[in-house]
Amino acid sequence: MKPVTEIDLHTYVDGGLSEAAKAEVDAWLRAHPEDAERMRAYAEQNALLRSLYNAVLEEPVPAALLAGHPRAWRRYAAAAVIFALGIGSGWLIRGEFVVPQMVPVSLARQAATAHVVYAPEVRHPVEVTANEEAHLVGWLSKRLGTTLKAPKLGPLGYELVGGRLLSGPQGPVAHFMYQDGRGQRLTLYVSRQRGEPRDTAFRFSQEDRVSVFYWVDGNFGYALSGEIKREQLLQVAEVVYKQLNP
Amino acid sequence: MDRRLIIEHIPRLRRYARALVGDRYVADDLVQDTLERAWNKFYLWREGSDLRAWLFTIMHNVFVNQARRRRYEIEQAMEELPAVAVRATQGEQLELEDVDRVLRSLSTEQREVVLLVAVEQLTYEQVSRTLDIPIGTVMSRLSRARERMRQLLGNQIVVPLKVVK
Repeated sequence: MKPVTEIDLHTYVDGGLSEAAKAEVDAWLRAHPEDAERMRAYAEQNALLRSLYNAVLEEPVPAALLAGHPRAWRRYAAAAVIFALGIGSGWLIRGEFVVPQMVPVSLARQAATAHVVYAPEVRHPVEVTANEEAHLVGWLSKRLGTTLKAPKLGPLGYELVGGRLLSGPQGPVAHFMYQDGRGQRLTLYVSRQRGEPRDTAFRFSQEDRVSVFYWVDGNFGYALSGEIKREQLLQVAEVVYKQLNP
Repeated sequence: MDRRLIIEHIPRLRRYARALVGDRYVADDLVQDTLERAWNKFYLWREGSDLRAWLFTIMHNVFVNQARRRRYEIEQAMEELPAVAVRATQGEQLELEDVDRVLRSLSTEQREVVLLVAVEQLTYEQVSRTLDIPIGTVMSRLSRARERMRQLLGNQIVVPLKVVK
């Protein structure tokens, strides 16, 4: 009989062996009752430990764990300052200052949905075209109850196509569309947020093929969507943010 | 990619934390600190890699740092103490409290390995990466922890007493 190792025996208990290796250990254990008893005890430990702690999985998760931690706000203040200084994208990659604050995930999803619905539209991508930009911005501002701006993304190669009014879960939504020379489109989704005004840092969400950077600023949620790489979208998102928060 | 992915793992992080530290509130504090770090460092996570293993690694690091700060050496020292078997009789069905008590008597290093293997059912390879220790160390800790638990639960005297003549 091939001697089995201590590692084989543990792997046997933890169910990590192939059928062939398992058969070998079975044979070994039949011939070595002390090892067999030991492995039976180890398997029992596994079962007992699981039954002792599996109940935790069924407990409702405390809201505090879902909502992020109050201590995070101190860090947020630092993040806001750094962001305002426009240090660039490095802060995001290093990640130390990204805010662990609850943002409705649905903002990103709503924006991505609007993007995939309207961005491929050839004949009617927007309700009001960029030719009537002043009218567009005035109209959407009135409907959202704030003073909106359509960011200028020309230096990044994206020109305003126009915009439209959408209906979102929190009421009217302003939807701006941009396009570069190759027809690549980005959309900016602006919606009123429920609840107390608050701010968050940038968050990134990948909704199928659509990349979304989104953030909440006071009473409004902003989401920039596009089928481009995260890094490229981040560059645009930073410009959008700076223009909206001069 | 977003926090929904992390949120899905919270129940398992809580289970592991509870088993690791025992006390419910201390455990949830550990989870909270872990999540806070995870949100902050989320951009370091490589999409497509094992998020759960990543989160457990963060929890391990937070735990170790806290343990260092709070001077848990007392607990470490307990490993040196002679073990006292917790069961008076053999053959009886084991009480879960006994299992818990025996689990607490392990060193934190051993407890982490046992829990990641037995409760979280990570592979030895995953445990090795999570705790950042060689796989040989995983195996020796696992082996020693299991044997110690077996002896304590099986009412055997672990540390032979010196025979005083």
